[in-house]
Amino acid sequence: MEQLKTIGRELAMGSQGGFGQSKEFLELVKSIGEARSKAEEDRIVVREIETLKRRIVEPDIPKRKMKEYIIRLLYVEMLGHDASFGYIHAVKMTHDDNLLSKRTGYLALTLFLNDDHDLIILIVNTIQKDLKSDNYLVVCAALNAVCRLINEETIPAVLPSVVDLLAHPKDAVRKKAVMALHRFHLKSSSSVSHLVSNFRKKLCDNDPGVMGATLCPLFDLIALDPSSYKDLVVSFVSILKQVAEHRLPKSYDYHQMPAPFIQIKLLKILAVLGSGDKQASEHMYTVIGEIIRKGDSSSNIGNAILYECICCVSSIYPNHKLLEAAADVNAKFLKSDSHNLKYMGIDALGRLIKITPHVAEQHQLAVIDCLEDPDDTLKRKTFELLYKMTKSSNVEVIVDRMIDYMISISDDHYKTYIASRCVELAEQFAPSNHWFIQTMNKVFEHAGDLVNIKVAHNLMRLIGEGFGEDAATADNQLRSSAVESYLRIIGEPKLPSMFLQVICWVLGEYGTADGKYSASYITGKLCDIAEAYSNDETVKAYAISALTKMYAFEIAAGRKVDMLPECQSFVEELLASHSTDLQQRAYELQALIGLDARAVETIMPQDASCEDIEVDTDLAFLNGYVQQSLERGALPYIPEDERTGMVNVSNFRSQDQHESAQHGLRFEAYEVPKPPMPSKVATVSLSSSTDLVPVPETLYSRETHQISSAGLSSETGSSELKLKLDGVQKKWGRPTYSSPTSSSNSTSQNPVNGATQTTDVATAVNSKVRDNYDTRKQRIEISPEKQKLAASLFGGSTKTEKRSSTSSKVPKASASVPDRSQESKAAVAPSEVAQGKTIQSSPPPDLLDLDESTITVAPPSVDPFKQLEGLLDPSINSTTNHSSGVTNAPDIMTHYAATPASRESGSGGYSIPVTGDNVNLLSELSNAAVRGTTGETTTTPLPQSVKGPNAKDSLQRDAKVRQMGVTPTSQNPNLFSDLLG
Amino acid sequence: MGIRFVLMVNKQGQTRLAQYYEYLTLDERRALEGEIVRKCLARNEQQCSFVEHRNYKIVYRRYASLFFLVGVDDDENELAILEFIHLLVETMDRHFGNVCELDIMFHLEKAHFMLEEMVMNGCIVETSKSNILTPIQLMDKTS
Repeated sequence: MEQLKTIGRELAMGSQGGFGQSKEFLELVKSIGEARSKAEEDRIVVREIETLKRRIVEPDIPKRKMKEYIIRLLYVEMLGHDASFGYIHAVKMTHDDNLLSKRTGYLALTLFLNDDHDLIILIVNTIQKDLKSDNYLVVCAALNAVCRLINEETIPAVLPSVVDLLAHPKDAVRKKAVMALHRFHLKSSSSVSHLVSNFRKKLCDNDPGVMGATLCPLFDLIALDPSSYKDLVVSFVSILKQVAEHRLPKSYDYHQMPAPFIQIKLLKILAVLGSGDKQASEHMYTVIGEIIRKGDSSSNIGNAILYECICCVSSIYPNHKLLEAAADVNAKFLKSDSHNLKYMGIDALGRLIKITPHVAEQHQLAVIDCLEDPDDTLKRKTFELLYKMTKSSNVEVIVDRMIDYMISISDDHYKTYIASRCVELAEQFAPSNHWFIQTMNKVFEHAGDLVNIKVAHNLMRLIGEGFGEDAATADNQLRSSAVESYLRIIGEPKLPSMFLQVICWVLGEYGTADGKYSASYITGKLCDIAEAYSNDETVKAYAISALTKMYAFEIAAGRKVDMLPECQSFVEELLASHSTDLQQRAYELQALIGLDARAVETIMPQDASCEDIEVDTDLAFLNGYVQQSLERGALPYIPEDERTGMVNVSNFRSQDQHESAQHGLRFEAYEVPKPPMPSKVATVSLSSSTDLVPVPETLYSRETHQISSAGLSSETGSSELKLKLDGVQKKWGRPTYSSPTSSSNSTSQNPVNGATQTTDVATAVNSKVRDNYDTRKQRIEISPEKQKLAASLFGGSTKTEKRSSTSSKVPKASASVPDRSQESKAAVAPSEVAQGKTIQSSPPPDLLDLDESTITVAPPSVDPFKQLEGLLDPSINSTTNHSSGVTNAPDIMTHYAATPASRESGSGGYSIPVTGDNVNLLSELSNAAVRGTTGETTTTPLPQSVKGPNAKDSLQRDAKVRQMGVTPTSQNPNLFSDLLG
Repeated sequence: MGIRFVLMVNKQGQTRLAQYYEYLTLDERRALEGEIVRKCLARNEQQCSFVEHRNYKIVYRRYASLFFLVGVDDDENELAILEFIHLLVETMDRHFGNVCELDIMFHLEKAHFMLEEMVMNGCIVETSKSNILTPIQLMDKTS
């Protein structure tokens, strides 16, 4: 009704009064609203641009009219067209005395301009003036503009006024002044570095709005440097406590929840402050526990807060009770039917498992459901979780899944992302080189152009280096399997360039190494590649080099080389190539063929790709020369990144070393801000605290690693260390986090690797057995595939629990055997196997020690998943299904659905109270009578009004339509539908 | 930074309000709006109200024919943003009374003013409806 009156009034006033809009504007909005296609909309806007260009330059345009033109300009830009011809008029309008015009002018400018636009300089003066205005609304309008339009250069022009406004009597002004300062901090932190203490002060502002706004800049500041704000922990905690206890004004409530957005911001801040800080965290435990306890898991906003609590709990110093409470909340999320909650649950689970890895176990099936959900968002989130859970025991399953998904999507952005994830995981956890190569092949085949070139180089290096000296035969096997797979893949159409480079290189090096394929066969294939991808010069370069190698090996082996005609023509083509690189390679090939066997063998020895490249990244051979020069008084070399910006520090360091023979000046005063060391210490302590629970050994090794590297850097200066890290020293798999199990590179660790696999089998079996047991009670219809997947994903996830599980789960398993045997005989066999397995693996009491003497070297080829397949007889599941109880009755909680349309949701819809219906109807009728419209209005409902659910709605729509002068058509009936249903 | 943009787009993919908290050129905006609207329209009601797009996460909510889309950073609480959208709609509803798409079209600048009060520098700064609406009502009165 309110609206009807408004519109009626506007129309009545026409173009001469109030804040009304002209007929022209109404027509524009109407036509845009009814446009059926983007093309139609574009036509309307183009026409509108022409009109505006003409009108806006007319002399003596009334203010109100001008404001309308500016809003029409907003439409033009919003719908994707250029309105720059009118920017200057928006600038002029900011000079207006009328508040509404002024604010509209500012608004238009914030929407039109970036802060480096030339016009900005024209409004700085206006802003300065407005910031000093007596009318606080003018000041607010100016501050809004400050937050969008003031750039680094113009900050000084307004800074003093903004600082003064921090003490303005109006809270709205103080709030915006705080945010303006925040903006300056974001734009150029140095310009306001002396003013950050103001944020601390404003935290204690007696207006909750100002306090709430101040949390934003404080959060940014704290995220940058938590240590300087530890003293505020107590204040934040006490604010949070008060907010949660409903001490803020009622107007901050949202669906009966006290100031939820402020609570969430505070929890975010506490999460940062408490991270790795036991003392700070202890202040927080009570209030967080209280919020979780009182948490309302029936509304979206309640769950938003609960989710933030989980994030906070998993970030701060671990507290057992809170973690348990968080896990309980998370379980509710994961069990919910709402996809939104599941999504949050998966995310939260990813956070929780960092501290308590075992929580993932009870949610295996929920996680798998999410993984298999058709909803991409949920699926991707789940991949994110799996990425965090990956270890050498489940890497194959996870990477396979990721690759399958990668193949299925077409979104390049995400494809790149997930491909890099696959590569990263494969490099870290690859169980075997063979698997690694197969995986890389798949990644290259399907996302080859999206992955980093380094990945290709790593793959080539791996194939070239192999395992090392001891396993020559394994290396050869690996290579011939690579060659074979590549020869197979070559036939595929449209391979990515990078993959072809790898293929050419490998074929050139090892194509004939095992004698299975003849040189002419391989060279023929190489020429095919070069021909098929003739516009890719890099591939051609790789191909010709490969050809050179092939012929060199043939000559060295004393065989006669007869070039295939297509090879000859390929070489000839390259001899005349525009690319000097290709040309040179071709000439080299020609020259090489003319040489005798011995010479060729020295130039191009077989399988020497690893030996002959020795790059000394440190340029150590120059050390003597450098030393000499230094002794003669030359200046020491300063790495480039230190020369810029860090001049002081590096100067200081160099002086430290040489005791300042040359420089008279000393720069001690600058030493203090040297940041790296303290932060390094902080990360060490952080990682130790978070990892303390799960795997102490890993922690130890990592810690020592970090400490040693830290020590190194402090001794020799970080420049050397940096160089080395970038250089070649890195093996294909980078040093991994779970150091003992991962790198299958070194032979000494192979038995260890095998041993872990067996233990994984054991745990997998254990959890499997228990799984089945639990399943009987809880779940209906879980397909064997899912269970298998669960076992392979989560099987190895509970290293810490192993000891207890081996002992305690066995009786359970055996207890369940008789049950099953009564139901089906087929089920007995697998469960017996399971039992056997558990017993078999239980003798080594301390699995975590991985003592090689106690564990017989298990063959690394044991595939845990293969074994599991045997265990998972479908009949078990069918029996499980029969015997499963009814505990799966739908939880009321899970019924909560966050449907976007609030129409059916109980999440605090703002719907019209039913009792008001009559009143509305009555008043509307009387209204219609007053207007003198004929009775027809009520009797002939128009097409779109029929859509309304009841008579009242139809009436309302109809009346509105008539009043607005918008001829109702069925084109866009939705324009009139209430957003809040 | 938190919130990177707020968009209102109807079922036909026509933009009804757009506010970006980082500068994008017209072409970038056009492309972005087209892409995300297509993505969101393709989803059904059972699916998450969140979509990843490039380096944004988009939280969206549908009211009648109008989609509210908020692009956020990776570390934002999606559920809270979902409720922020609802708060925005409730606030507009309080001001316009049974707010509909046409209200936003006719009073584009007011919808922007409300957003200006609620979000600054990409952060949620005000969530009290009366605080949000007071300046707007005062402006109406004085002009």
